[in-house]
Amino acid sequence: MDEIIAAENLRKTYDNLTAVDGISFVVRKGEVFGFLGPNGAGKTTTMKMIACVSPRTSGVLRVFGQDPAQQPAEIKHRLGVVPQETNLDPDFTSFGNLVTYSGYFDIPAHTAEKKADELLEFVQLQEKRNVEVEKLSGGMKRRLILARALVNSPDLLILDEPTIGLDPQARHLIWEKLKTLQAQGNTIVLTTHYLDEAARLCDRLVIMDHGKILVEGSPSDLVKQHVGEEIVEVEKSAEVLACLTERSIPHEMTGDTVQIATDSSREIVKILLESCQPKKMLTRPATLEDVFLKLTGRTLRE
Amino acid sequence: MLHLFSVPTISRRAGRVWYRNLVVFFRTWKVNFFPPFIDALLYLFAIGMGIGTYIKEVDDVPYINFIAPAILAISVMNSAFFECTYGSYVRMYYQKSFDAMIATPLSIEDVIAGELLWGATRSVMYVAIMLPVLVAFGVISLPLSLLALPLAFLGGLMFAGIGMCITAITPSIDSLNYPMFLFITPMMFFSGTFFPLALLPAAFQYIAVAVLPLTHIVAIMRMFTLPALSWTILLHIAWIAAVTMIFCVMSINLMKKRLIV
Ligand SMILES: Nc1ncnc2c1ncn2[C@@H]1O[C@H](COP(=O)(O)OP(=O)(O)OP(=O)(O)O)[C@@H](O)[C@H]1O
Ligand SMILES: [Mg+2]
Repeated sequence: MDEIIAAENLRKTYDNLTAVDGISFVVRKGEVFGFLGPNGAGKTTTMKMIACVSPRTSGVLRVFGQDPAQQPAEIKHRLGVVPQETNLDPDFTSFGNLVTYSGYFDIPAHTAEKKADELLEFVQLQEKRNVEVEKLSGGMKRRLILARALVNSPDLLILDEPTIGLDPQARHLIWEKLKTLQAQGNTIVLTTHYLDEAARLCDRLVIMDHGKILVEGSPSDLVKQHVGEEIVEVEKSAEVLACLTERSIPHEMTGDTVQIATDSSREIVKILLESCQPKKMLTRPATLEDVFLKLTGRTLRE
Repeated sequence: MLHLFSVPTISRRAGRVWYRNLVVFFRTWKVNFFPPFIDALLYLFAIGMGIGTYIKEVDDVPYINFIAPAILAISVMNSAFFECTYGSYVRMYYQKSFDAMIATPLSIEDVIAGELLWGATRSVMYVAIMLPVLVAFGVISLPLSLLALPLAFLGGLMFAGIGMCITAITPSIDSLNYPMFLFITPMMFFSGTFFPLALLPAAFQYIAVAVLPLTHIVAIMRMFTLPALSWTILLHIAWIAAVTMIFCVMSINLMKKRLIV
């Protein structure tokens, strides 16, 4: 079976707030699939519905071909979940957390203990094996949660902001581990606010806003399709603005710079240099961040 | 309204939640084993021997023997109620343990059922530690007093259910003080514990029997420890069983409503 998750017109309302507003998507076996979107877009809500902890309001949802409303225990047996909010058990050590959690999957104690040590090594926390989780740093807790999500050797990983609050080293470690897991045939669904991370990890992703999916595709396709190859950034000045408007070159203002998305930066740069008296100017490749900001706007979400 | 009483499906996995709490309990056993000892001694000395010097007998029973079953019954109430209010609330709200558990094959029904069983187990443990102290003081009779253990489980489950219902609807941990002072503490005194129910005005007696759960535990406990069995034990057990069933079912449904959104 190729389709690990299939959602059609999936909706979730809390009282009178629509958190997820009729989204449809398919996640295939072995894929890393990303959910991006501003705060409150509905990413966590979607993760929770897939993870069978929050019932959907309407629409179709199948995980491993099964319905979360009908067979939650069967589905959850094969899931590994990293929640957005850290919820390790403060009454146990790192090792104790993994073993206790294994118990919830009916994994026999000796198997669980062996696996726990392997996983602590996998996330490089062997030294903290017998430390109470209260005494771990935020990043260590995040890594332990990833280890915890793996105790049952899941077929599908659901990671809600797995690298939040991690230092660059730890983020790279997690990326590496996720790549390893993908290579082993795992399917991974993740949300993140780090767009470089999404671009690096995801085979395909969706950008959500206000509970709806705005676009779907591979990171590079989305960049090409919605922004172009490159961005020229010029310091904002009346001359530059007038000059661009006059030649009807599409541009966008952000703070004190003007951004021009283009497929041929040389041409734009030439025009600017010749007739607009630019002050500072630079050319850079377009990124997922440009797509994100273009589609979801630059205003802060409440 | 009806969904409050719909019968939940509970799997064997509830035992995992119970076991998790047991492991934590034994990890901190030093903190957990002494209170029952101290509690038993405190009651026996302060009330039994202090007040007992003035009140020699109640209904032809030495005063200290009269209150010994009440001490056990109050412990049954307190340990399960405390566990399933403050204990469960901390695990639910502050530790997010329930959220972590329901991401595994455990359902919310399993989790709450495990917590209820654990609350009842705390009552059994408390009584199990108190019993030898009371036996050593010669204020309860053997072997019938050993039935205090199964009674502690049943009574504990009742108070676990009542406590869990409150936990499911409490807006904050501070609000848990209200049932403590308005329900638990008065019950400690007006359930035939330190003086016979018969001393209360008739109307209060009816109320005590009709709505105070502790009354029934004290009554059965006293039948075991004196011993003074009577057929009325069946009525008390039936009362407890019915109330236990209602509150346990209700607590699971209320918790589901609170946590599954
Ligand atoms: N339990 C809840 N009760 C009521 N409303 C909720 C609940 N959980 C989420 N919401 C609302 O649903 C919307 C989507 O929230 P969600 O947590 O899914 O966003 P998100 O995309 O994960 O955001 P973030 O990036 O901040 O994590 C928000 O408006 C939020 O306020
Ligand atoms: Mg979120």
